[in-house]
Amino acid sequence: MRELSLNVMDVAQNSISAGASLIGITVEEQSQANTLSIRIEDNGKGMSPQQVAQVQDPFYTTRTTRKVGLGIPFFRMAAQMTGGNFSIRSQQGVGTWVEANFFTNHIDMVPVGDMKETVLLLVITNPHLDFTYTRRRDQAAFTLDTRKLRVILGDVPLNDPAVSTWLRGYLDEGEAEVLG
Amino acid sequence: MKSLEELMAIREKARQGMGIRNDKHEGTRVVVGMATCGIAAGARPVLSALVEEVAKENLDVQVGQTGCIGICQYEPVVEVIEPDKEKVTYVKMTPEKAIKIVHKHLMGGEVVQEYTIGKVGK
Repeated sequence: MRELSLNVMDVAQNSISAGASLIGITVEEQSQANTLSIRIEDNGKGMSPQQVAQVQDPFYTTRTTRKVGLGIPFFRMAAQMTGGNFSIRSQQGVGTWVEANFFTNHIDMVPVGDMKETVLLLVITNPHLDFTYTRRRDQAAFTLDTRKLRVILGDVPLNDPAVSTWLRGYLDEGEAEVLG
Repeated sequence: MKSLEELMAIREKARQGMGIRNDKHEGTRVVVGMATCGIAAGARPVLSALVEEVAKENLDVQVGQTGCIGICQYEPVVEVIEPDKEKVTYVKMTPEKAIKIVHKHLMGGEVVQEYTIGKVGK
């Protein structure tokens, strides 16, 4: 993966497959400490302790079309290459929580990339699911919560063309404010 | 700053506009393979291009995502699913090719043979 936002897109697919109705994505940077943390949490069906161990193994996958599953191993590797760490917790019937911590000044740090494109596409291609996206850098923060937008939109879907154009602008401006 | 008031205005407009979309495409779905293999091969910009072009042309086409369909070597893969028609599988997609599919296939009703798995796979 050339940018971390693609790993996020990939890991979020697992949440969707797990039947989540709410998926939270958080990207936090501490510029003094040169750290970046990415969390993806969902309220999907969760995994057994055995499955949690297995998803970190590249030769495990739930898909039936191939015998390898590289999504989680790729994401974990991206974090560990920078001297950071990776953890995954899950409870059946409750959900799954994935966190990757990076050292941004490490030579093997992969760029974060276009997070807002990942978020936008997740929202508009899954208009029946809810997403929260929080981007923080030091003291500045921006949050998108589709549950709040849905209250305003009523029966107009999140993938309505005018709504998606608005969403793109909202994400652009929100991120620009945080990232300066 | 994009405001929530703006979103309210969009809702009112969208409500009035509902139903005047081109019904020809009703039930048509376009899905992009967004498993690890698809994403690594460049599926995200393809999905972006489809979403944007469908919105720009105001087509009543659902653009969605799917997992791995087992032909990872042909990713990015785009499938066009129309009611009562055979599914068309386009392979090795780029944003440019995707835009062509919107115009020729979704709007013009003509399958872009050169990008189908039947052609590329040979």
